[in-house]
Amino acid sequence: MSIDTINNDFLDLFKQGKSLLDDKSSKFMNTKREEAFEQFKKLGVPTLANENYKYTNLVPVFDHPYTVDLQYRTVMGDLNKLFYCDVPELDTNLVLLSNGWYYNQNRKLDIPEGVIVCSLQEAAEKHSEIFEKHYGKYAKPNEEGLVALNTALAKDGIFIYVPKNVVVEKPIQVINLLRSDRDLMATQRNLVVVEENAQVKLIFCDHTLTEHKYLSNTVSEINVAKNAIFDLYTIQNQHLNAAILNSVFIRQEANSNVLSNILSLYGGIIRNNHYTIFDGEHCENNTYGMYLMDRNQHVDNFTFADHAKPNCVSNEHFKGVMGDEATAAFTGKIHVRRDAQKTEAYQRNNNLLLSNDAVINTKPQLVIDADDVKCSHGATVGQMDDDALFYLRARGIHEEEARMMLMFAFAHEIIEKIRIDALKDRIDELVEKRLRGKISKCSTCAIACHQ
Amino acid sequence: MLSIKDLHASINGKEILKGVNLEIKPGEVHAIMGPNGAGKSTLAAVLAGRELFEVTKGEVIFEGKDLLDLAPEDRAREGIFLGFQYPIEIPGVSTVNFMKTAVNEHRKYKGLEPLKASDFLKLMRDKKALVEIDSKLTNRSVNEGFSGGEKKKNEIFQMAMLEPKLAILDETDSGLDIDALRVVANGVNKLKTPENSTIVITHYQRLLDYIVPDVVHVLFDGRIVKTAGKELALELEAKGYDWIKEELVK
Ligand SMILES: Nc1ncnc2c1ncn2[C@@H]1O[C@H](COP(=O)(O)OP(=O)(O)O)[C@@H](O)[C@H]1O
Ligand SMILES: [Mg+2]
Repeated sequence: MSIDTINNDFLDLFKQGKSLLDDKSSKFMNTKREEAFEQFKKLGVPTLANENYKYTNLVPVFDHPYTVDLQYRTVMGDLNKLFYCDVPELDTNLVLLSNGWYYNQNRKLDIPEGVIVCSLQEAAEKHSEIFEKHYGKYAKPNEEGLVALNTALAKDGIFIYVPKNVVVEKPIQVINLLRSDRDLMATQRNLVVVEENAQVKLIFCDHTLTEHKYLSNTVSEINVAKNAIFDLYTIQNQHLNAAILNSVFIRQEANSNVLSNILSLYGGIIRNNHYTIFDGEHCENNTYGMYLMDRNQHVDNFTFADHAKPNCVSNEHFKGVMGDEATAAFTGKIHVRRDAQKTEAYQRNNNLLLSNDAVINTKPQLVIDADDVKCSHGATVGQMDDDALFYLRARGIHEEEARMMLMFAFAHEIIEKIRIDALKDRIDELVEKRLRGKISKCSTCAIACHQ
Repeated sequence: MLSIKDLHASINGKEILKGVNLEIKPGEVHAIMGPNGAGKSTLAAVLAGRELFEVTKGEVIFEGKDLLDLAPEDRAREGIFLGFQYPIEIPGVSTVNFMKTAVNEHRKYKGLEPLKASDFLKLMRDKKALVEIDSKLTNRSVNEGFSGGEKKKNEIFQMAMLEPKLAILDETDSGLDIDALRVVANGVNKLKTPENSTIVITHYQRLLDYIVPDVVHVLFDGRIVKTAGKELALELEAKGYDWIKEELVK
């Protein structure tokens, strides 16, 4: 199928499904939908001709007769029972989504008064003031075909609101269960609003429960107001038949602090778009990523740190361990605007190649329009350090184990940035298992929840 | 214990060891001295199993086994320990985990159960005291941010943990001040038993005041060109290596 056929199919879907799409969505959402649809007509699904998608060919990803649910599909059985988390130390507020839709029987959460966690649909109606202030404000449907497509098809997802001065102690863990009896394309749209001086930690994980082919196109918009502290952990651990397209747009206001950690442990095709705009002074942003890819897996991390205001610090570090014929791309854009003096922007991408057939494309893109800034970037692609390997072996450690230790050490630098101890331990454990090749297929979620 | 016969080794086609012969008996301390570039570290690395160097000729028998047949880790488990001239930093690998893995792999090789956590910690404590190494260091990643002297101490600490039959200490004295030198030498001496042997590779006779050798060899251009008692070290100290060169020409 050509890209034109794919795009035309979406146009048809949109026209034919319009009443279902509009149904139960707020007027505001539907207005945005119309606009996005027009933009999608112009942009289409990004192809290799798009500089930002040079390394990820989406045509074969989209070229498949997926089912698209335009309405909430009643979930068979009780997901809460079907699914529980077996890490007792990891005490989180668990929220379930089903194929991108907010599960209608989520348990009551242990959250402070005033904090809202609900479906996007509900938020659009019941909390329209907050919703309309933020929805569609940070994502860029006019630049990104995937965002336009998401906005055009968006029906549901999670909405989180943390009021001024409120600290949510227990992390909110959103588990998106991909579970279907047919091949499915899911569209998920999330909105997170963290008000002044508030704090919250959010963990996103996708969990494929059935072996069907999935395409998930998710967009999250996040606004972090003055002095707020926000953590985002994205744990990607799907089966090989899943394509995850995940776009995150974060806006930071003055003095805010954001930590984002994208851990890609397994999956067929993963594309992360990670945008941060500094829209106030003295912000700090740390964005980390780790990818462990083998077989024919593909991961493409695209980040954009937009320094629009002075005195902000952004620090970015992505590390990958690549085996077999896996492919990875990293593009790190930094834009320091003319007035953003005293910006500090750092970026690193380090890759450990375990085979000659694995491929890495890494590309920094710095546009610096201010003169008083500190910026640095660096990328490495290398093999395992023979001297280190010999040192360990010379102490009696088996070669395989020594390699394991070095790979683990390499990845650990990213894991150790996690600010939730139980999650850190869990990821350590999981990464070790992954590196030891114990998870040959993904039947286990990153947080090791069981059916 | 160790018998090296006509050992030749090269790197990238360049011959570095050109026929080394050496016999070491249990309990003996041998010093190997020689100018920079003579091949001392190469000899040590070849004995420890560094694959970078290609052995082109000769044999090495250690405790009745053909050493050259064994992987580096098996040589270590058989009781060979190499104290590196330049210990490498390994960020992200904790010293505790490193030592625990190493000790337990040695035990497994001998058919022993892994050490209980409490026994392991006790072992660490005892050996740390022996080489006067600070817990601040052992709590870090392997050698990360250590000073030169601290790295050398850490080598002796690891040696203490693994209790080798044959320790090869490659310039363990370089970069040490006199106090650290004394600590390191003391550690080595305390670990000495009538059964185990030591090869001390050094430039200076200074270390040999503390670790007294039974035999001193001079390695020169890939060969052992002179072997004598400990007085040879003093002579080398006084006269340098040039007289050996001259003697060779004659
Ligand atoms: N990795 C290497 N690659 C190329 N040449 C090497 C390497 N290591 C050692 N050599 C060469 O081997 C010779 C002996 O070096 P080395 O064994 O380190 O000497 P010593 O320890 O006696 O100072 C030197 O000429 C050195 O340049
Ligand atoms: Mg040397």
